Amino acid sequence: MLLPSRFSRMLEVVSAMIMDLLGIPPQVLFGQLLIGLINGAFYALLSLGLAVIFGMMNVINFTHGAQYMLGAFVTWMLLAYLGIGYWAALVLAPIVVGLFGIVIERTMLKRLYHLDHLYGLLLTFGIALIVEGMFRYWYGVSGQRYAIPAELTGGYLLSFMFLPTYRAWVLVVSIVVCFGTWYAIERTRLGAYLRAATENPTLVRAFGINVPLMITLTYGFGVALAGIAGVLAAPIYQLTPLMGQNLIIVVFAVVVIGGMGSILGAIITGYALGLLEGLTKVFYPEAANIVIFVVMAVVLLIRPAGLFGREK
Amino acid sequence: MPDAAGSATATAPAPAPGPRPVALAVQDLNAYYGDSHVLHGVDFSVHEGEVVTLLGRNGVGKTTTLRSIMGIVPRRAGSVRFQGDELIRLPSDHIARRGIAYCPEERGIFASLNVLENLLLPPVVRPGGMSLEQIYQLFPHLAERRRTQGTRLSGGEQQMLAIGRILRTGARFLLLDEPTEGLAPVIIDMIGKSIRTLKGLGFTMLLVEQNFRFAQTVADRHVVMEDGRVVDTIDNADLDRRMEDIKAYLGV
Repeated sequence: MLLPSRFSRMLEVVSAMIMDLLGIPPQVLFGQLLIGLINGAFYALLSLGLAVIFGMMNVINFTHGAQYMLGAFVTWMLLAYLGIGYWAALVLAPIVVGLFGIVIERTMLKRLYHLDHLYGLLLTFGIALIVEGMFRYWYGVSGQRYAIPAELTGGYLLSFMFLPTYRAWVLVVSIVVCFGTWYAIERTRLGAYLRAATENPTLVRAFGINVPLMITLTYGFGVALAGIAGVLAAPIYQLTPLMGQNLIIVVFAVVVIGGMGSILGAIITGYALGLLEGLTKVFYPEAANIVIFVVMAVVLLIRPAGLFGREK
Repeated sequence: MPDAAGSATATAPAPAPGPRPVALAVQDLNAYYGDSHVLHGVDFSVHEGEVVTLLGRNGVGKTTTLRSIMGIVPRRAGSVRFQGDELIRLPSDHIARRGIAYCPEERGIFASLNVLENLLLPPVVRPGGMSLEQIYQLFPHLAERRRTQGTRLSGGEQQMLAIGRILRTGARFLLLDEPTEGLAPVIIDMIGKSIRTLKGLGFTMLLVEQNFRFAQTVADRHVVMEDGRVVDTIDNADLDRRMEDIKAYLGV
C-alpha cells in the first residue's frame, strides 16, 4: 500500500529524528511498539472481561486464562475435526466458551455468592487447573499450528516499518470489541440495568428485573470476551494448553493497575501497558518482563484502588 | 390519566361508597434476619385505593414488614396475599411484576445512573403507568436535572426521584418507606401533596412513617406496630381523639 507522498516524506523526517535523538533505528522502535500494542490488545480484551465479571458479580474469575485457551483450542478443533474455518470460528468459538462459562455459573459459581470473594476465586482457580490439565493430557504441551486465514496474510510496507495484515486485524477487532462493550455498558438502557445491578442488585430485582439471569449472561459475556481473544491469538501465539497461564498473570496485574471493576480503566490500562512493555523492550530489554509488575507495585502504593478505581 | 399533577385533589377524597375490595392481606407474617426473629405474626390489610401508614417506634418492624411484602427479606413465613394471589414464596422480581412498586427507606438512587436513567430503570410491568411528562409535572425539579448524576441531587429531590421512577411502571400499589425522613418541612409538604395527588389518581399506598403529623395529612388508616406485631388500627378520623394512645405508642 502506498502512502500519500507528503505523509511518507514527513514520516521519513520523523524517522531520521528518532535515529538521531535516540540512536535507535525507527524500524526497531516501531516494530516493538507494534508488538506492544498487539499484546496490549489482548491485555485489554482479557482485563475487560475480568472487569465486567468482577463489577457485576464480585468474582475474581481465575478461569479467565483457561477460557482464553479454550477459545484458541476450540478454533483449532473446529478446523481440525470439523473443517470449520477461521471466520466461522470467530463467532462460534466465543459462543462455545461463553456457554461453558454459563454452565459453570449456573451449576457452581452461583452457590458461592453469599460467601466471601475468596471462594469464587478458589473455585474458578480449581476449574482452570482441571481444564488446563485435561487439555495437557489430551494434546501435550508442544503446541498446535493454526494458519493465518488467507484473507489476512501479507502486510503493508510502510516507510518506517512493516505492518502484518493479521496484526492490524487483531488491533481493529480488539478496539471495536472493547469500545463496543464500553458503549453498551455506559451508554445504553441495557447497560443502565447492569450498572444499577452492580450497585444494588436487591433493589433492581425488587423493580421486577431478573437479576440472577442478568448475572449469568454477564458471566457468559465476560467469558466470551476471553474466547474472542483466544480466537485472535490462535494464528499468532503459541497454541498450547498453558497459553492462558502465561498471559493471565500479566492480565491480573493490568486489572489491579486499572482498578478492579472499572470498564474504561481495564481497556486503557491494557493498551497502555502493552505499549509500555514494548518501549521497555527497546530501551531496557532486561526489564521488559517485569515492568508491568513494577508499575503495579507503584500504583498499589500510591492509589490502592487502581488508576481508574473508586476508593471504597 | 388526564391532568395528572395539576388540579387533582389537595384534600383526601371521601372514601367511595360501599366496602372496597381488599388489595393486600397480610396474615401471621413472620420474618427473620439470621437468628433474630423480627416479625411475630403481623396481621393487617389494605383496601383498593386506600392509603395506610405503618406507625411505630424505631425498630418495631415497619421496614421489615415492607421488605417482607416485597420479598427481599431472606427468611419469611405466613401469608401475604395481593389481589387474592399468595406472594410469600415468590422472589421479589415476580412480586414486582404483579404490580407492587417499592420505594426504599434509603431511597436507592443509583450513583452510576443519571436522573433520566434512574427514572427509566424500573421496567413497565402493567399498562397505564405515568408518562415521563406526567412525572415531571408532579415533580418539576426532576425535569430540570435529568442529566445530573442521581446521587448529586438534594435529599428532597432524591426522594422525588425515588417515588417518581416507580410511577412509570404501571404498578398501582406503592410501598413507600419513610418518604419524609430527614427532609425540610417545605419539602415534606411537597411530598405530602404529591401523595394526595397520587391517591386522587387511584393509587393504593402503604407508607412507613414515624412522623404521625405527616401521616395524618395523607392516610385513611394507621396500623400501629410494637415489637414485631400489630397492636392497634386507628382510622384517620379518630386520630385526634386517640392522641394520647398514639403518643404512648410512639413514645413522644
